[in-house]
Amino acid sequence: MVAIPSRHKSLALLGGVLLAQVLLLALQIKRDSRGRLIRVWAVSAASPFERSGAWGFGKISGVWHHYFALQTTSRENEALRVENDALKLTISQLQSKAAEADRLAALLNFKQAHGAVPLLGARVIAVSAGTASRTIEVDRGERDGVTKNMAVITPDGAVGKVIAVYRDTSQVLLLTDKEGGAGAMLVNSRTQGPVGGTGDPIMIMKYVATEEDVKVGEKIVTSGMDKIFPRDIPVGTVVEVKNGNPFKLIRVQPAAKLDRLETVIVLLSQTPVEFPNAEMQGTANTQSSSATTPAAEKP
Amino acid sequence: MNESYELRTGETHIEVHKFFPGAILFATVAALVLQASVPVYMPRLNIIELPLLVTIYFGLSRRNPSTGLLLGMLIGLAQDALSGPTVPLGYYGIAKTIVGYLASSIGARLDTEHPAARFALTFGFFVLHQAVLVLIRRLLLAQPEAWFNMHLAIAAGVNALVGTALFMALDRLRRRS
Repeated sequence: MVAIPSRHKSLALLGGVLLAQVLLLALQIKRDSRGRLIRVWAVSAASPFERSGAWGFGKISGVWHHYFALQTTSRENEALRVENDALKLTISQLQSKAAEADRLAALLNFKQAHGAVPLLGARVIAVSAGTASRTIEVDRGERDGVTKNMAVITPDGAVGKVIAVYRDTSQVLLLTDKEGGAGAMLVNSRTQGPVGGTGDPIMIMKYVATEEDVKVGEKIVTSGMDKIFPRDIPVGTVVEVKNGNPFKLIRVQPAAKLDRLETVIVLLSQTPVEFPNAEMQGTANTQSSSATTPAAEKP
Repeated sequence: MNESYELRTGETHIEVHKFFPGAILFATVAALVLQASVPVYMPRLNIIELPLLVTIYFGLSRRNPSTGLLLGMLIGLAQDALSGPTVPLGYYGIAKTIVGYLASSIGARLDTEHPAARFALTFGFFVLHQAVLVLIRRLLLAQPEAWFNMHLAIAAGVNALVGTALFMALDRLRRRS
């Protein structure tokens, strides 16, 4: 056996450790991307601390906002009273329209066909521990009925899909991750194309032909073709359109505030369903983070 | 083993620092948990790479290349595991192994206690860390990634600044000789 000089021992150790990790990487690249035991252990070990951290930050933030940051409260109260009066008027008008919409929905037999869309409120307890990926961790897992590939949304729009499920927590791949995305379509023309992440806050809509008429400011919703998201959930707004050959380059601002997520909704169903915006708004606004409630049961 | 001692490199005497029991474990776990938790409420703080700063600090302080690279590897692999299934195990592990080795090697040759030296070293190690990550993405994962942008320069400066302050706080975990 050849003896390694002591001054080279650490260099040899460095080479060995790096080689082992490169081999580890190579093995993962060849394999399917299923969760591994070390991830399960690491997430299980870290999630109690993350939960505690989230709880502690929430408390500190609450104390600060409710007891110290009150300098402009009086002015804000006055402005809010005025706004409240205007909103009451708007609400009464909307209630009238909502009642009409409900009657139309009943006529279309929509609620009877797709009424029981089970939703689950979840709290974001951590984000990706690096900038290489855009994922969040939520405080709902296998015990709550969450499974892989379930859609995650907020009242503002689509967020992403569940990619790993543990006992009490799950990891969600955001639409803005390089591997994230959703089947989508332009609201005006109903032209379909996938919207995918780039690792930046802005997403890209692909495979829209140059001949199509796409305007900045146009809304994009889910198409339901990916079998993950129901149709007509807001995905984002077109912020830039460039002609290319043969497809346009369309940049999309996400509808949901993906960099400031604190609570999300998991759709506990992987069956493609129709999910009108009006119903989602009403349901999501009343959804608490501790209850599972079918959408059809909401007022 | 718990006392401080000195390395004699030529005419220079460099002190090797020891820490209270559990201090390294505590600082490492705290850095990983804060890295995952704080950006939930303050997304802009995502720019700070706490696990890297801890790797650099203990590398510079312990001044033993073997322990430096092993600590870097453990911190990096833990960060990989907490970054979701889209980040392969070894991505941060390789980068932090190299940083841990170089930090402890440099720490064994130079006096790195002055804040200016710490600032410059942290800036350099941050850039190196990002360069290794880009290299892994390009060569091993076959994914396109830019070598340099302004965000990297700003992030390196911010991390160097935060690192200099953090190192002074971590100095309190040292055992007095």
